[in-house]
Amino acid sequence: MTSIGTGYDLSASTYSPDGRIFQVEYANKAVENSGTAIGLRVKDGVVLAVEKVVHSKLLVPESNRRIQTIDKHVGLASAGYLADGRNLSNRARDEASGFRENYRSPPTLQYIVDRLGLYVQAYTLYSSVRPFGCSTILGAVDKNGPALYVIEPSGVAYGYRGAAVGKGRQLAKTELEKLKFDELSMREAVMEAARIIYLVHDDAKEKDFELEMSWVGTETNGVHLPVPKDLFDEASRKAKAALEDFE
Amino acid sequence: MDHFPTNWGRPRNDAFDAYGTYPIHQRAPVKDTFAEGVQHTQQPIVTGTSVLAIQYKDGIMMAADNLASYGSLARFKDVRRLHAVGTSTVIGASGDMSDFQAIQSILDDLVTDEFTHGDGHDLGPAEVHEYLSRVMYARRSKINPLWNSLLVGGFRDGKRFLGYVDLLGTTYSAPSIATGYGAYIAIPLLRAAVDGKQDQLTEENAKKILHECMRVLFYRDARSLDKYQIATVSAAGVTISDQIQIETAWGFAEGIRGYGAQTQ
Repeated sequence: MTSIGTGYDLSASTYSPDGRIFQVEYANKAVENSGTAIGLRVKDGVVLAVEKVVHSKLLVPESNRRIQTIDKHVGLASAGYLADGRNLSNRARDEASGFRENYRSPPTLQYIVDRLGLYVQAYTLYSSVRPFGCSTILGAVDKNGPALYVIEPSGVAYGYRGAAVGKGRQLAKTELEKLKFDELSMREAVMEAARIIYLVHDDAKEKDFELEMSWVGTETNGVHLPVPKDLFDEASRKAKAALEDFE
Repeated sequence: MDHFPTNWGRPRNDAFDAYGTYPIHQRAPVKDTFAEGVQHTQQPIVTGTSVLAIQYKDGIMMAADNLASYGSLARFKDVRRLHAVGTSTVIGASGDMSDFQAIQSILDDLVTDEFTHGDGHDLGPAEVHEYLSRVMYARRSKINPLWNSLLVGGFRDGKRFLGYVDLLGTTYSAPSIATGYGAYIAIPLLRAAVDGKQDQLTEENAKKILHECMRVLFYRDARSLDKYQIATVSAAGVTISDQIQIETAWGFAEGIRGYGAQTQ
């Protein structure tokens, strides 16, 4: 970046002369360093998967989860700073329960994402705070059917059929583009998700990673749950096999 | 000396100290303008009558009719007074139905909150019962009670649970419990049929016992309805039945004399 050191990157509340906010772009860099997270929106549900890089063998397996539950029917996967992701998921939970309090019905994902987008955007306005160092994938099945969104550090939120954030997002996106989301079942989507995460993982850089997967849809009665162990194991096994064929 | 000639020769109002002489000048008493705006529940308004519950071989069973009364008026005839909380608990409410709806949303929020923690733990009947008792007692201590008698039942980790909580925060557990009028009329029947025999009682028989008690209650309780639901909690989870109709025969009423407007 040629603009570094020009002084326009010291605060999120200052534009550079060509109209950029460097602090937000740096936040995106934080996301790019993180393990990949993907989301698939298929005909009857949503599947989330995360490549969680394990930086120490001393860590308890399945600790520091990067997929969280926001409401019964809403799941959230984050890439970037895990602590920022947790703050965002707490906010999302408050928004969801606030909606329930006010309207006595489950919130749509559109509503949660809109509110969360406003929250994230507010952190790009002041010199006293730093923008969120995480991109967030939210998936749910609500009254409008399956939904999948990504919220970026700038606060923008887009809806997707298939989404990928983090280190391996480019490769993951090309893989996602090959899928026919309208024809996949949730089970097939779990297989694809595991395959893509194993594919984008770069063995040369980090040896160890843990696959995390959750789903919500007709298979789970509209509740956001971790993918059950037998299906998870089957998906991991097939993913590893596919990887060997690939190589 | 009264300087107003219109008052002369008339009886004096001794309660009014015209000159503010005794004992010292008093200001008008401080009045809370909103005192009447903020009111606590003084009495239930739209009410549900008895709830019955028993333990049986495989779990617990609970019954409540579908009526919500407005005083003596049978106002709503399709009200659900049994409510599943989580996956192994059911609650049934008599008393104020709007307070019961508030309790339902408190508990549903609690269950959702526990679920989002994603730690694999959830609330069973014993926890729900304890939590409810704390809520009820806290509200009565603010002199603003939730006007209900509630039964909490469930089945979890191979154990049955059946408990009672009311608007004062009073709790107890028993193999058969009833609230409201049912505590007077159904309890003797339930205790004879259930207590001590919980482990032998089949689902079919338990249903039969509750059905019989609901029929007796419909005959004797003027705030009851002949349509009710049964909730069953066992290892299979919570099921709340469709509306069940009670068959009754009122032919005997022809022979009764001394209550109504009979001519003879």
